[in-house]
Amino acid sequence: MQQRRQLDQVYTNRKLLNGQLDTPKWWLPTVSVLGVLVLIGVAVISVMINKGLGVTGLARPVYWGLFITTFVFWVGISHAGIMISAILRLTQAEWRRPVTRAAELLTVFSLLTALVFPLIHAGRPWRIAYWIMPYDISRGIYPNIRSPLIMDPVAISTYLTGSTLFLYIALLPDLGNLRDRTTGWKNALYTVLALGWRGNPRQWKMQTVGGILLSALMLPIFVSVHSIVSWDFAIASAVEGWHSTIFAPYFVIGAVHSGVSAVVTMMALMRWLWKWDDFIRPEHFDALARLLIVVATGWLGFTFLELTFALYGQDAPEIALREMQMFQWPWNMLFIIFFLTAYAIPVPMWLFKRVRTNIALMFWTSILVNVGMWLERFLIIVPGLARRTPFVYTWEAYRPSPVEWTIFIWSFCWVTFLMLLFSRFFPLVPLFEAKESQVFTDDVMIGRAKVPAIVREAD
Amino acid sequence: MTTSILGLFQQPEPAADAMDGLKEAGFDLGTFDVLTGTPYPEGAFGEHVPQHRLFRFPAFGAIIGFTLSVFLTSVTQLAYPMVTGGKPILSIFAMLIIMYEMTMLAGVIATVIGIVFESRLPNMKPGIYDTRITEGWIGVVITFDDDSKVADAERVLNGAGAVEIKHA
Repeated sequence: MQQRRQLDQVYTNRKLLNGQLDTPKWWLPTVSVLGVLVLIGVAVISVMINKGLGVTGLARPVYWGLFITTFVFWVGISHAGIMISAILRLTQAEWRRPVTRAAELLTVFSLLTALVFPLIHAGRPWRIAYWIMPYDISRGIYPNIRSPLIMDPVAISTYLTGSTLFLYIALLPDLGNLRDRTTGWKNALYTVLALGWRGNPRQWKMQTVGGILLSALMLPIFVSVHSIVSWDFAIASAVEGWHSTIFAPYFVIGAVHSGVSAVVTMMALMRWLWKWDDFIRPEHFDALARLLIVVATGWLGFTFLELTFALYGQDAPEIALREMQMFQWPWNMLFIIFFLTAYAIPVPMWLFKRVRTNIALMFWTSILVNVGMWLERFLIIVPGLARRTPFVYTWEAYRPSPVEWTIFIWSFCWVTFLMLLFSRFFPLVPLFEAKESQVFTDDVMIGRAKVPAIVREAD
Repeated sequence: MTTSILGLFQQPEPAADAMDGLKEAGFDLGTFDVLTGTPYPEGAFGEHVPQHRLFRFPAFGAIIGFTLSVFLTSVTQLAYPMVTGGKPILSIFAMLIIMYEMTMLAGVIATVIGIVFESRLPNMKPGIYDTRITEGWIGVVITFDDDSKVADAERVLNGAGAVEIKHA
């Protein structure tokens, strides 16, 4: 069935700029509530910084808990943007068009949020200044670049800078459009941000060539970021469950799994909230679900391999850890929930087209995946530290404190708050992409069937 | 004094006819351009295909980033030569990671600068324009050093079916 409708550009402008040119009724109450929750989170973080990490459940030997789990989770979510935007752009996948901006945005905001966690986890965040950029030249002491704790911020900063610039460059034509539709201070703002965009062939060519070039440059960064995050653990040879040679690709594919699922969640919300039924269609969810089946199954393969390699050496502590992760309370319960939500429930459901094209089901299954993927990170990080080992004589069972849970919830409110704030000023679906799709797509008759045909430029 | 006129079209075909007409009337390729609210296939209006040097920018940026990263990673380690974990002071594998990230970062920044530069942006006085262009209309803009050819250009635009002609 052909789901695409022929839409004129005035209609496309009116629909896709409905968040910027008008204020949807739900926007202000939602942003206000989120704003209050964000402030509560900031207050709790401030209290924690003032009182110290004693207000958390972190204690010897579990010093990496909910914060680092959530850090890895948000870095994972950030992999949505480049996976969707860069790969689909490079392969000229037509269905990418309504998805790219939201995915790039999710990358930027989730990375910003991820960066908060190691900072607050350090206990005295101001001392980070002595530890990473700017280099402490006055004392002649420099960061130890052999530590993955230095590699991490370098990689994430690179990814964040690149993603933000990528987002801005792709936003230029839409900023020109907003400039043309606004008056007063908004017009002045968009005029400056659009840099004088006019839409001549040279500017459009730079959008196309530049977009492909940036995609090609961002892809290797995207792979490196989660690889380096995985080395925070994999290089720690003393912790069973962490010291694994396949952690880098395992983390990357896991990040893509959770990231693309987060894009599905966001797409469903965008369709419902802004009523973009003409632009975000069931066929897009169908395509994303097909992609997710492949990614999720690849990720499951890595999960199995990671377990196999761990057990193959028959190292007693490693076997003990795996036994604890999978068979001892409460880890076994978490492990079962993780496996069911990350793979066993959603993927078999996605095998059916009725599910793939049902937006409500796609929304809930994509949330399930991210519940599972958060648990996966928790099960990687905490049990390795929590397992009782010889010659350690102080022991506390790790129970995340209300402070940690509040900051965890804050991170979701914060990302949503930023997204909604962005949506008030900038379009979440690229208008020029939606219009280009109309220019480059037409219906052709093959026999008695009317089928959509997509023009692709040979270059 | 430089003046310009803008012919507005509602369909791509008459705009392409206007571009052809301007070429036939002897206007230099650099004096007229087409403005659209969406990318069209290259050559859809018979326009001059713009040449660019964008591909040089990432290479240039990457060379700068790599050079800086070699300096940063080696000089900082040598300045405070503390052995940690029995590893060499200049630990090549660890250095490579930082070098890789800095090379890519500089490559991306240079590419973005390249896109902006090659798009001839920022341009805060972009000249004659119409907001209907971002509603699907197509603009053909012609720039003149003197007013003697304005009438010729208007005739071509009207002949091709321009809905409106604006002067600046």
